[in-house]
Amino acid sequence: MSTQAGRIETTRVGERPRDRVIDGAIVRYTAGERITHWIVALAFILAALSGLAMFHRAVFWFSVFFGGGPWTRVLHPFIGLFMVLAFVLLALLVQSDNRMSAADWRWLRQWRDVLGNREERLPEVGRYNGGQKLLFFVQILCLVGLLVSGIIFWRPYFAIYFSIPVIRIAALVHAICAFVLIIAVIVHIYAGIWVRGSVRAMTRGLVSPGWAWKHHRAWFREVTNGTSPRPGAH
Amino acid sequence: MPLQSLDIVRRSATTQPPPGVRAAASPSVAKLIDTSKCIGCKACQVACMEWNDLRDGIGTNVGVYDNPPDLTDQSWTVMRFSEYENPSGNLEWLIRKDGCMHCQDPGCLKACPAPGAIVQYANGIVDFQEENCIGCGYCIAGCPFNIPRISRRDHKAYKCTLCSDRVAVGLEPACIKACPTGALVFGTKEDMIQHAAERVQDLKSRGFEQAALYDPQGVEGTHVMYVLHHGDQPELYSDLPKDPRISPTVRLWKGIAKPIGLALMGFAALTGFLHYVRVGPNETTERDEEAAAEARKRTEEQTKRPAPPETRPPGPGKQS
Repeated sequence: MSTQAGRIETTRVGERPRDRVIDGAIVRYTAGERITHWIVALAFILAALSGLAMFHRAVFWFSVFFGGGPWTRVLHPFIGLFMVLAFVLLALLVQSDNRMSAADWRWLRQWRDVLGNREERLPEVGRYNGGQKLLFFVQILCLVGLLVSGIIFWRPYFAIYFSIPVIRIAALVHAICAFVLIIAVIVHIYAGIWVRGSVRAMTRGLVSPGWAWKHHRAWFREVTNGTSPRPGAH
Repeated sequence: MPLQSLDIVRRSATTQPPPGVRAAASPSVAKLIDTSKCIGCKACQVACMEWNDLRDGIGTNVGVYDNPPDLTDQSWTVMRFSEYENPSGNLEWLIRKDGCMHCQDPGCLKACPAPGAIVQYANGIVDFQEENCIGCGYCIAGCPFNIPRISRRDHKAYKCTLCSDRVAVGLEPACIKACPTGALVFGTKEDMIQHAAERVQDLKSRGFEQAALYDPQGVEGTHVMYVLHHGDQPELYSDLPKDPRISPTVRLWKGIAKPIGLALMGFAALTGFLHYVRVGPNETTERDEEAAAEARKRTEEQTKRPAPPETRPPGPGKQS
Protein backbone atom coordinates (compact mmCIF):
# COMPACT_ATOMS: atom_id res chain seq x y z
CA MET A 1 0.00 0.00 0.00
CA SER A 2 2.70 2.39 1.01
CA THR A 3 4.76 1.58 -2.05
CA GLN A 4 1.81 2.43 -4.26
CA ALA A 5 1.27 5.65 -2.37
CA GLY A 6 4.95 6.40 -2.64
CA ARG A 7 4.84 5.89 -6.36
CA ILE A 8 2.04 8.39 -6.69
CA GLU A 9 3.74 10.88 -4.42
CA THR A 10 6.90 10.97 -6.45
CA THR A 11 5.07 11.89 -9.64
CA ARG A 12 5.60 15.52 -8.76
CA VAL A 13 7.40 16.97 -5.78
CA GLY A 14 5.01 18.37 -3.19
CA GLU A 15 1.99 17.76 -5.36
CA ARG A 16 -0.35 14.89 -4.75
CA PRO A 17 -3.39 14.17 -6.87
CA ARG A 18 -6.49 14.99 -4.99
CA ASP A 19 -9.35 12.71 -3.99
CA ARG A 20 -7.03 9.71 -3.42
CA VAL A 21 -6.43 7.65 -0.33
CA ILE A 22 -2.74 7.86 0.51
CA ASP A 23 -1.22 6.28 3.60
CA GLY A 24 -4.63 6.07 5.22
CA ALA A 25 -5.47 9.76 4.61
CA ILE A 26 -7.53 11.33 1.83
CA VAL A 27 -6.04 14.15 -0.20
CA ARG A 28 -8.66 16.91 -0.13
CA TYR A 29 -6.65 19.81 -1.51
CA THR A 30 -3.60 19.90 -3.73
CA ALA A 31 -0.71 22.18 -2.89
CA GLY A 32 -1.81 24.57 -5.64
CA GLU A 33 -5.33 24.83 -4.23
CA ARG A 34 -4.01 25.41 -0.73
CA ILE A 35 -1.58 28.11 -1.78
CA THR A 36 -4.24 29.87 -3.85
CA HIS A 37 -6.63 29.74 -0.91
CA TRP A 38 -4.12 31.26 1.49
CA ILE A 39 -3.15 33.99 -0.95
CA VAL A 40 -6.83 34.94 -1.19
CA ALA A 41 -7.13 34.73 2.60
CA LEU A 42 -4.13 36.97 3.19
CA ALA A 43 -5.31 39.50 0.61
CA PHE A 44 -8.76 39.44 2.19
CA ILE A 45 -7.38 40.19 5.66
CA LEU A 46 -5.30 43.09 4.35
CA ALA A 47 -8.18 44.44 2.24
CA ALA A 48 -10.62 44.11 5.15
CA LEU A 49 -8.33 45.81 7.66
CA SER A 50 -7.48 48.69 5.35
CA GLY A 51 -11.10 49.02 4.26
CA LEU A 52 -12.45 48.95 7.81
CA ALA A 53 -9.96 51.67 8.75
CA MET A 54 -11.73 53.93 6.26
CA PHE A 55 -15.19 52.65 7.20
CA HIS A 56 -15.42 53.46 10.89
CA ARG A 57 -13.49 55.90 13.04
CA ALA A 58 -13.34 53.30 15.85
CA VAL A 59 -10.95 51.18 13.78
CA PHE A 60 -9.12 53.94 11.93
CA TRP A 61 -6.06 52.80 13.86
CA PHE A 62 -5.89 49.73 11.57
CA SER A 63 -4.24 52.19 9.17
CA VAL A 64 -1.01 51.91 11.20
CA PHE A 65 -0.50 48.46 9.63
CA PHE A 66 -0.35 50.09 6.22
CA GLY A 67 1.86 53.08 6.99
CA GLY A 68 -0.79 55.64 7.96
CA GLY A 69 -4.00 57.03 6.48
CA PRO A 70 -2.78 58.10 3.03
CA TRP A 71 -0.97 54.81 2.45
CA THR A 72 -4.05 52.90 3.54
CA ARG A 73 -6.06 54.81 0.95
CA VAL A 74 -3.40 54.18 -1.71
CA LEU A 75 -2.92 50.46 -1.00
CA HIS A 76 -6.49 49.33 -0.32
CA PRO A 77 -7.71 49.30 -3.95
CA PHE A 78 -4.61 47.48 -5.18
CA ILE A 79 -4.93 44.85 -2.44
CA GLY A 80 -8.62 44.50 -3.29
CA LEU A 81 -7.92 44.06 -6.97
CA PHE A 82 -5.26 41.47 -6.18
CA MET A 83 -7.72 39.61 -3.97
CA VAL A 84 -10.32 39.52 -6.74
CA LEU A 85 -7.80 38.17 -9.25
CA ALA A 86 -6.58 35.49 -6.82
CA PHE A 87 -10.18 34.60 -6.02
CA VAL A 88 -10.95 34.12 -9.71
CA LEU A 89 -8.19 31.53 -9.82
CA LEU A 90 -9.49 29.80 -6.69
CA ALA A 91 -13.06 29.90 -7.99
CA LEU A 92 -12.00 28.24 -11.25
CA LEU A 93 -10.37 25.45 -9.24
CA VAL A 94 -13.44 24.70 -7.11
CA GLN A 95 -16.41 25.86 -9.17
CA SER A 96 -17.29 22.44 -10.60
CA ASP A 97 -17.92 21.14 -7.07
CA ASN A 98 -20.05 24.10 -6.08
CA ARG A 99 -23.24 23.59 -8.08
CA MET A 100 -26.30 23.81 -5.82
CA SER A 101 -28.50 20.72 -5.77
CA ALA A 102 -31.87 19.99 -4.19
CA ALA A 103 -30.06 18.10 -1.42
CA ASP A 104 -28.00 21.22 -0.68
CA TRP A 105 -31.13 23.31 -0.20
CA ARG A 106 -32.51 20.60 2.08
CA TRP A 107 -29.22 20.70 4.00
CA LEU A 108 -29.55 24.47 4.38
CA ARG A 109 -33.15 24.22 5.54
CA GLN A 110 -31.96 21.87 8.29
CA TRP A 111 -29.55 24.49 9.63
CA ARG A 112 -30.64 23.71 13.18
CA ASP A 113 -29.28 20.17 12.83
CA VAL A 114 -26.13 21.58 11.26
CA LEU A 115 -25.48 23.94 14.14
CA GLY A 116 -26.47 21.30 16.69
CA ASN A 117 -23.80 18.83 15.47
CA ARG A 118 -26.54 16.37 14.40
CA GLU A 119 -25.04 15.50 11.06
CA GLU A 120 -26.63 12.03 10.98
CA ARG A 121 -29.97 13.71 10.24
CA LEU A 122 -28.67 15.65 7.24
CA PRO A 123 -28.68 14.54 3.61
CA GLU A 124 -25.38 13.08 2.42
CA VAL A 125 -22.94 15.76 1.40
CA GLY A 126 -20.60 15.71 -1.58
CA ARG A 127 -17.28 17.50 -1.78
CA TYR A 128 -18.94 20.65 -0.43
CA ASN A 129 -22.05 21.10 1.67
CA GLY A 130 -24.87 23.56 1.05
CA GLY A 131 -23.33 26.11 3.39
CA GLN A 132 -19.99 26.01 1.64
CA LYS A 133 -21.66 26.38 -1.74
CA LEU A 134 -23.77 29.26 -0.48
CA LEU A 135 -20.61 30.91 0.81
CA PHE A 136 -19.02 30.43 -2.60
CA PHE A 137 -21.85 32.28 -4.36
CA VAL A 138 -22.10 34.99 -1.70
CA GLN A 139 -18.37 35.61 -2.12
CA ILE A 140 -18.72 35.87 -5.89
CA LEU A 141 -21.60 38.34 -5.60
CA CYS A 142 -19.82 40.43 -2.99
CA LEU A 143 -16.55 40.51 -4.89
CA VAL A 144 -18.27 41.54 -8.12
CA GLY A 145 -20.06 44.28 -6.17
CA LEU A 146 -16.85 45.38 -4.48
CA LEU A 147 -14.87 45.39 -7.72
CA VAL A 148 -17.39 47.40 -9.72
CA SER A 149 -18.25 49.87 -6.96
CA GLY A 150 -14.63 50.17 -5.87
CA ILE A 151 -13.42 51.14 -9.31
CA ILE A 152 -16.07 53.86 -9.49
CA PHE A 153 -14.61 55.76 -6.52
CA TRP A 154 -10.97 54.78 -6.90
CA ARG A 155 -8.96 57.98 -6.70
CA PRO A 156 -7.10 59.37 -8.48
CA TYR A 157 -7.57 57.00 -11.41
CA PHE A 158 -11.25 56.35 -12.06
CA ALA A 159 -13.43 58.50 -9.79
CA ILE A 160 -12.96 61.51 -12.08
CA TYR A 161 -15.01 59.73 -14.77
CA PHE A 162 -18.11 59.32 -12.60
CA SER A 163 -20.69 61.79 -11.34
CA ILE A 164 -21.04 62.52 -7.63
CA PRO A 165 -24.45 60.77 -7.23
CA VAL A 166 -22.99 57.63 -8.84
CA ILE A 167 -19.97 57.80 -6.51
CA ARG A 168 -22.27 58.10 -3.49
CA ILE A 169 -24.19 54.98 -4.49
CA ALA A 170 -20.94 53.16 -5.26
CA ALA A 171 -19.57 53.97 -1.80
CA LEU A 172 -22.74 52.65 -0.16
CA VAL A 173 -22.76 49.48 -2.30
CA HIS A 174 -19.07 48.98 -1.50
CA ALA A 175 -19.75 49.23 2.23
CA ILE A 176 -22.71 46.83 2.05
CA CYS A 177 -20.84 44.23 -0.04
CA ALA A 178 -17.81 44.48 2.25
CA PHE A 179 -20.05 44.02 5.28
CA VAL A 180 -21.71 40.91 3.84
CA LEU A 181 -18.35 39.48 2.74
CA ILE A 182 -16.75 40.05 6.14
CA ILE A 183 -19.69 38.38 7.91
CA ALA A 184 -19.50 35.48 5.43
CA VAL A 185 -15.79 35.06 6.07
CA ILE A 186 -16.28 35.21 9.84
CA VAL A 187 -18.76 32.33 9.44
CA HIS A 188 -16.27 30.55 7.16
CA ILE A 189 -13.40 30.94 9.63
CA TYR A 190 -15.54 29.81 12.53
CA ALA A 191 -16.74 26.76 10.59
CA GLY A 192 -13.10 25.87 10.02
CA ILE A 193 -12.37 26.06 13.74
CA TRP A 194 -15.60 24.35 14.74
CA VAL A 195 -15.39 21.37 12.37
CA ARG A 196 -12.19 19.75 13.55
CA GLY A 197 -9.85 18.61 10.82
CA SER A 198 -10.85 21.36 8.39
CA VAL A 199 -7.84 23.55 9.08
CA ARG A 200 -5.55 20.58 8.46
CA ALA A 201 -7.36 19.96 5.18
CA MET A 202 -6.41 23.44 4.03
CA THR A 203 -2.88 23.49 5.50
CA ARG A 204 -1.62 19.94 4.90
CA GLY A 205 -4.22 19.00 2.31
CA LEU A 206 -5.17 15.81 4.14
CA VAL A 207 -8.28 14.57 5.93
CA SER A 208 -8.90 11.26 7.65
CA PRO A 209 -11.35 8.80 6.06
CA GLY A 210 -13.53 9.20 9.17
CA TRP A 211 -13.67 12.97 8.59
CA ALA A 212 -14.74 12.46 5.01
CA TRP A 213 -17.25 9.80 6.07
CA LYS A 214 -18.77 12.07 8.69
CA HIS A 215 -18.90 15.40 6.89
CA HIS A 216 -18.83 14.61 3.16
CA ARG A 217 -20.13 11.07 2.84
CA ALA A 218 -21.06 11.23 -0.82
CA TRP A 219 -17.57 12.50 -1.57
CA PHE A 220 -16.10 9.72 0.60
CA ARG A 221 -17.96 7.10 -1.42
CA GLU A 222 -16.80 8.69 -4.61
CA VAL A 223 -13.19 8.64 -3.44
CA THR A 224 -13.28 5.05 -2.20
CA ASN A 225 -15.32 3.76 -5.16
CA GLY A 226 -13.43 5.69 -7.75
CA THR A 227 -16.82 6.55 -9.22
CA SER A 228 -19.30 9.30 -8.73
CA PRO A 229 -22.31 7.96 -6.79
CA ARG A 230 -24.70 10.51 -8.23
CA PRO A 231 -23.32 12.12 -11.35
CA GLY A 232 -23.61 15.85 -11.22
CA ALA A 233 -24.99 15.83 -7.71
CA HIS A 234 -21.89 16.96 -5.94
CA MET B 1 -3.89 72.90 14.47
CA PRO B 2 -5.31 76.27 15.43
CA LEU B 3 -6.96 74.96 18.56
CA GLN B 4 -5.81 77.98 20.53
CA SER B 5 -7.02 80.78 18.30
CA LEU B 6 -10.22 79.18 17.02
CA ASP B 7 -12.26 76.80 19.08
CA ILE B 8 -13.06 73.58 17.30
CA VAL B 9 -16.59 72.34 17.86
CA ARG B 10 -16.63 69.46 15.40
CA ARG B 11 -13.91 67.18 14.10
CA SER B 12 -14.25 64.54 11.36
CA ALA B 13 -14.07 60.84 12.33
CA THR B 14 -13.80 61.61 16.02
CA THR B 15 -16.04 60.07 18.65
CA GLN B 16 -14.88 62.06 21.65
CA PRO B 17 -15.78 65.75 21.98
CA PRO B 18 -13.08 68.32 21.14
CA PRO B 19 -11.77 70.59 23.94
CA GLY B 20 -14.83 72.54 24.98
CA VAL B 21 -14.36 73.94 28.45
CA ARG B 22 -13.63 77.43 27.14
CA ALA B 23 -16.72 79.39 26.22
CA ALA B 24 -16.54 80.13 22.52
CA ALA B 25 -15.15 83.63 22.25
CA SER B 26 -16.02 84.04 18.62
CA PRO B 27 -19.61 84.56 17.54
CA SER B 28 -21.06 82.76 14.53
CA VAL B 29 -19.76 84.52 11.42
CA ALA B 30 -21.00 84.75 7.84
CA LYS B 31 -20.03 86.07 4.45
CA LEU B 32 -22.88 87.63 2.55
CA ILE B 33 -22.69 87.65 -1.25
CA ASP B 34 -25.11 90.10 -2.82
CA THR B 35 -25.55 88.86 -6.38
CA SER B 36 -27.47 92.03 -7.25
CA LYS B 37 -24.36 94.11 -6.61
CA CYS B 38 -21.79 91.80 -8.21
CA ILE B 39 -20.26 93.05 -11.44
CA GLY B 40 -18.18 89.92 -12.09
CA CYS B 41 -14.82 91.65 -11.89
CA LYS B 42 -13.12 88.65 -10.25
CA ALA B 43 -11.19 90.83 -7.81
CA CYS B 44 -12.25 88.34 -5.13
CA GLN B 45 -10.66 85.51 -7.11
CA VAL B 46 -7.41 87.44 -7.35
CA ALA B 47 -7.47 88.36 -3.65
CA CYS B 48 -8.03 84.71 -2.79
CA MET B 49 -5.04 83.67 -4.92
CA GLU B 50 -2.87 86.33 -3.33
CA TRP B 51 -3.72 85.71 0.27
CA ASN B 52 -3.61 81.94 0.00
CA ASP B 53 -0.60 81.84 -2.34
CA LEU B 54 -2.45 79.91 -5.01
CA ARG B 55 -1.55 80.04 -8.69
CA ASP B 56 -3.81 78.03 -10.93
CA GLY B 57 -2.42 77.00 -14.31
CA ILE B 58 -3.33 78.98 -17.38
CA GLY B 59 -6.37 77.22 -18.82
CA THR B 60 -8.09 77.37 -22.18
CA ASN B 61 -10.88 79.69 -23.17
CA VAL B 62 -14.04 77.65 -23.38
CA GLY B 63 -16.14 80.52 -24.70
CA VAL B 64 -17.65 81.73 -21.43
CA TYR B 65 -16.66 84.33 -18.89
CA ASP B 66 -16.03 81.75 -16.18
CA ASN B 67 -12.28 81.66 -15.70
CA PRO B 68 -11.12 79.14 -14.64
CA PRO B 69 -14.16 77.18 -15.81
CA ASP B 70 -14.46 75.30 -12.52
CA LEU B 71 -13.20 75.27 -8.95
CA THR B 72 -9.85 73.53 -8.57
CA ASP B 73 -7.39 72.80 -5.78
CA GLN B 74 -5.79 76.14 -6.75
CA SER B 75 -8.99 78.12 -7.33
CA TRP B 76 -11.09 78.13 -4.20
CA THR B 77 -13.58 80.62 -5.54
CA VAL B 78 -14.87 81.11 -9.09
CA MET B 79 -17.33 83.57 -10.56
CA ARG B 80 -20.05 81.72 -12.38
CA PHE B 81 -21.84 83.64 -15.10
CA SER B 82 -25.27 82.71 -16.40
CA GLU B 83 -27.31 84.50 -19.00
CA TYR B 84 -30.95 84.40 -18.07
CA GLU B 85 -33.76 85.57 -20.28
CA ASN B 86 -36.49 86.73 -17.97
CA PRO B 87 -40.22 86.32 -18.75
CA SER B 88 -40.40 89.86 -20.19
CA GLY B 89 -37.76 88.89 -22.73
CA ASN B 90 -34.87 90.83 -21.25
CA LEU B 91 -31.43 89.45 -20.61
CA GLU B 92 -30.24 89.24 -17.05
CA TRP B 93 -26.66 88.46 -16.27
CA LEU B 94 -26.68 86.46 -13.08
CA ILE B 95 -23.23 86.24 -11.58
CA ARG B 96 -22.54 84.08 -8.59
CA LYS B 97 -19.33 83.83 -6.63
CA ASP B 98 -19.05 80.07 -6.11
CA GLY B 99 -17.06 78.43 -3.33
CA CYS B 100 -17.48 76.64 -0.04
CA MET B 101 -20.75 77.54 1.68
CA HIS B 102 -19.48 76.58 5.14
CA CYS B 103 -22.60 74.61 6.07
CA GLN B 104 -23.61 74.46 9.70
CA ASP B 105 -24.16 70.72 9.09
CA PRO B 106 -21.25 69.97 6.73
CA GLY B 107 -21.66 66.94 4.47
CA CYS B 108 -17.90 66.82 3.87
CA LEU B 109 -17.19 66.52 7.59
CA LYS B 110 -19.82 63.82 7.96
CA ALA B 111 -18.34 61.77 5.12
CA CYS B 112 -14.67 62.21 6.03
CA PRO B 113 -13.06 59.01 7.42
CA ALA B 114 -9.80 60.63 8.56
CA PRO B 115 -9.79 61.88 12.16
CA GLY B 116 -9.41 65.65 12.26
CA ALA B 117 -9.00 66.16 8.52
CA ILE B 118 -12.10 68.37 8.53
CA VAL B 119 -12.99 70.58 11.45
CA GLN B 120 -15.65 73.13 12.25
CA TYR B 121 -14.80 76.11 14.42
CA ALA B 122 -17.12 77.68 16.95
CA ASN B 123 -17.62 80.59 14.55
CA GLY B 124 -19.01 78.17 11.98
CA ILE B 125 -16.10 78.03 9.55
CA VAL B 126 -15.51 74.56 8.08
CA ASP B 127 -11.81 73.99 7.49
CA PHE B 128 -9.74 71.22 5.94
CA GLN B 129 -6.61 70.20 7.83
CA GLU B 130 -4.56 68.83 4.97
CA GLU B 131 -1.98 67.17 7.22
CA ASN B 132 -4.69 64.72 8.31
CA CYS B 133 -6.24 64.28 4.85
CA ILE B 134 -5.80 60.83 3.29
CA GLY B 135 -7.03 61.84 -0.16
CA CYS B 136 -9.99 59.44 -0.38
CA GLY B 137 -12.35 62.04 -1.83
CA TYR B 138 -15.27 61.13 0.47
CA CYS B 139 -15.69 64.87 1.18
CA ILE B 140 -16.51 65.33 -2.51
CA ALA B 141 -19.23 62.68 -2.21
CA GLY B 142 -20.50 64.24 1.01
CA CYS B 143 -20.70 67.86 -0.17
CA PRO B 144 -24.14 69.00 -1.37
CA PHE B 145 -22.56 71.88 -3.32
CA ASN B 146 -19.75 70.07 -5.21
CA ILE B 147 -16.97 72.17 -3.72
CA PRO B 148 -13.92 70.19 -2.51
CA ARG B 149 -11.21 69.39 -5.05
CA ILE B 150 -8.37 66.92 -4.70
CA SER B 151 -4.97 68.14 -5.78
CA ARG B 152 -3.22 66.09 -8.43
CA ARG B 153 0.04 67.18 -6.89
CA ASP B 154 -0.32 66.01 -3.29
CA HIS B 155 -3.65 64.10 -3.36
CA LYS B 156 -5.12 66.23 -0.57
CA ALA B 157 -8.50 67.96 -0.59
CA TYR B 158 -8.70 71.75 -0.77
CA LYS B 159 -11.41 74.38 -0.65
CA CYS B 160 -12.16 77.89 0.61
CA THR B 161 -11.11 78.29 4.24
CA LEU B 162 -13.18 81.47 4.65
CA CYS B 163 -9.73 82.83 5.48
CA SER B 164 -9.91 81.14 8.88
CA ASP B 165 -6.36 82.37 9.51
CA ARG B 166 -7.42 85.99 8.98
CA VAL B 167 -10.73 85.67 10.80
CA ALA B 168 -8.90 84.13 13.78
CA VAL B 169 -7.02 87.40 14.27
CA GLY B 170 -9.98 89.66 13.70
CA LEU B 171 -9.56 90.36 9.98
CA GLU B 172 -12.15 89.83 7.29
CA PRO B 173 -11.57 87.32 4.47
CA ALA B 174 -9.34 88.49 1.61
CA CYS B 175 -12.15 88.41 -0.97
CA ILE B 176 -14.22 90.82 1.13
CA LYS B 177 -11.28 93.24 1.23
CA ALA B 178 -11.03 93.28 -2.55
CA CYS B 179 -14.67 93.64 -3.58
CA PRO B 180 -15.08 97.07 -5.21
CA THR B 181 -18.89 97.23 -5.14
CA GLY B 182 -19.66 96.03 -1.65
CA ALA B 183 -21.29 92.90 -3.01
CA LEU B 184 -19.26 90.98 -0.44
CA VAL B 185 -19.68 91.74 3.23
CA PHE B 186 -18.55 89.86 6.29
CA GLY B 187 -19.59 89.94 9.92
CA THR B 188 -21.52 88.04 12.52
CA LYS B 189 -24.18 85.83 11.03
CA GLU B 190 -26.83 87.80 12.89
CA ASP B 191 -25.66 91.09 11.39
CA MET B 192 -25.44 89.56 7.94
CA ILE B 193 -29.02 88.29 8.13
CA GLN B 194 -30.13 91.76 9.16
CA HIS B 195 -28.14 93.39 6.36
CA ALA B 196 -29.58 90.90 3.89
CA ALA B 197 -33.09 91.75 5.01
CA GLU B 198 -32.46 95.41 4.11
CA ARG B 199 -31.05 94.39 0.74
CA VAL B 200 -34.02 92.15 0.03
CA GLN B 201 -36.41 94.94 0.93
CA ASP B 202 -34.56 97.29 -1.42
CA LEU B 203 -34.63 94.75 -4.26
CA LYS B 204 -38.35 94.18 -3.76
CA SER B 205 -38.95 97.91 -4.03
CA ARG B 206 -37.10 97.79 -7.37
CA GLY B 207 -39.38 95.14 -8.80
CA PHE B 208 -37.64 91.93 -7.75
CA GLU B 209 -40.64 90.56 -5.92
CA GLN B 210 -39.01 87.20 -5.24
CA ALA B 211 -35.75 88.60 -3.87
CA ALA B 212 -34.61 86.56 -0.90
CA LEU B 213 -31.78 85.53 1.34
CA TYR B 214 -30.24 82.14 0.54
CA ASP B 215 -29.43 80.46 3.85
CA PRO B 216 -30.54 76.87 3.17
CA GLN B 217 -32.00 75.18 6.23
CA GLY B 218 -31.51 71.69 4.80
CA VAL B 219 -27.90 71.99 5.98
CA GLU B 220 -28.94 73.99 9.07
CA GLY B 221 -28.00 77.22 7.36
CA THR B 222 -24.68 78.25 5.86
CA HIS B 223 -21.93 80.64 6.85
CA VAL B 224 -21.73 81.90 3.29
CA MET B 225 -25.08 83.32 2.22
CA TYR B 226 -26.44 84.88 -0.94
CA VAL B 227 -28.86 87.66 -1.61
CA LEU B 228 -30.63 86.54 -4.78
CA HIS B 229 -32.92 88.69 -6.94
CA HIS B 230 -34.71 85.49 -7.90
CA GLY B 231 -34.82 83.88 -4.49
CA ASP B 232 -37.52 81.48 -5.65
CA GLN B 233 -35.29 80.11 -8.42
CA PRO B 234 -31.74 79.64 -7.09
CA GLU B 235 -31.10 77.15 -9.92
CA LEU B 236 -30.92 80.13 -12.29
CA TYR B 237 -27.59 81.01 -10.67
CA SER B 238 -25.49 78.29 -12.31
CA ASP B 239 -27.43 75.48 -10.65
CA LEU B 240 -27.34 76.69 -7.07
CA PRO B 241 -29.35 73.90 -5.39
CA LYS B 242 -32.83 74.91 -4.27
CA ASP B 243 -32.92 72.74 -1.18
CA PRO B 244 -29.43 71.40 -0.51
CA ARG B 245 -29.10 68.72 2.10
CA ILE B 246 -26.70 65.89 2.80
CA SER B 247 -27.68 63.14 0.36
CA PRO B 248 -29.73 60.32 1.93
CA THR B 249 -27.19 57.89 0.44
CA VAL B 250 -24.40 59.60 2.36
CA ARG B 251 -26.54 59.74 5.51
CA LEU B 252 -27.17 56.00 5.29
CA TRP B 253 -23.54 55.17 4.46
CA LYS B 254 -22.04 57.47 7.09
CA GLY B 255 -24.91 57.36 9.56
CA ILE B 256 -26.47 54.17 10.88
CA ALA B 257 -24.61 51.81 8.52
CA LYS B 258 -21.27 52.44 10.22
CA PRO B 259 -22.02 51.60 13.88
CA ILE B 260 -24.54 48.87 13.03
CA GLY B 261 -22.19 47.30 10.48
CA LEU B 262 -19.27 47.22 12.86
CA ALA B 263 -21.43 45.98 15.73
CA LEU B 264 -22.84 43.13 13.63
CA MET B 265 -19.33 42.03 12.62
CA GLY B 266 -18.35 41.86 16.27
CA PHE B 267 -21.63 40.12 17.04
CA ALA B 268 -20.96 37.49 14.35
CA ALA B 269 -17.58 36.68 15.91
CA LEU B 270 -19.14 36.58 19.38
CA THR B 271 -21.91 34.28 18.15
CA GLY B 272 -19.28 31.89 16.85
CA PHE B 273 -17.51 31.87 20.19
CA LEU B 274 -20.75 31.31 22.11
CA HIS B 275 -21.73 28.53 19.72
CA TYR B 276 -18.41 26.87 20.44
CA VAL B 277 -18.98 27.19 24.16
CA ARG B 278 -22.57 25.95 23.92
CA VAL B 279 -22.38 23.17 21.30
CA GLY B 280 -18.67 22.47 21.14
CA PRO B 281 -16.47 21.39 18.28
CA ASN B 282 -17.66 19.01 15.62
CA GLU B 283 -15.08 16.26 15.98
CA THR B 284 -14.41 13.12 14.04
CA THR B 285 -14.43 10.20 16.48
CA GLU B 286 -12.98 6.70 16.44
CA ARG B 287 -16.46 5.46 15.53
CA ASP B 288 -16.40 7.57 12.37
CA GLU B 289 -13.01 6.16 11.43
CA GLU B 290 -14.28 2.64 12.05
CA ALA B 291 -17.41 3.29 10.02
CA ALA B 292 -15.28 4.68 7.23
CA ALA B 293 -12.96 1.66 7.30
CA GLU B 294 -15.98 -0.63 7.31
CA ALA B 295 -17.48 1.17 4.33
CA ARG B 296 -14.23 0.95 2.40
CA LYS B 297 -13.96 -2.77 3.10
CA ARG B 298 -17.51 -3.32 1.89
CA THR B 299 -16.78 -1.42 -1.28
CA GLU B 300 -13.65 -3.43 -1.92
CA GLU B 301 -15.55 -6.70 -1.38
CA GLN B 302 -18.39 -5.60 -3.64
CA THR B 303 -16.18 -4.54 -6.47
CA LYS B 304 -13.81 -7.48 -5.86
CA ARG B 305 -10.78 -5.41 -6.44
CA PRO B 306 -8.36 -4.02 -3.90
CA ALA B 307 -8.59 -0.32 -2.98
CA PRO B 308 -9.52 1.03 -6.40
CA PRO B 309 -8.45 4.63 -6.04
CA GLU B 310 -4.94 3.68 -5.09
CA THR B 311 -4.44 1.38 -8.06
CA ARG B 312 -5.79 3.94 -10.45
CA PRO B 313 -2.99 5.58 -12.34
CA PRO B 314 -2.34 9.17 -11.37
CA GLY B 315 -3.97 11.68 -13.61
CA PRO B 316 -5.84 14.95 -13.56
CA GLY B 317 -8.56 15.57 -10.96
CA LYS B 318 -11.66 13.45 -10.87
CA GLN B 319 -14.01 16.30 -11.70
CA SER B 320 -17.24 15.33 -13.36
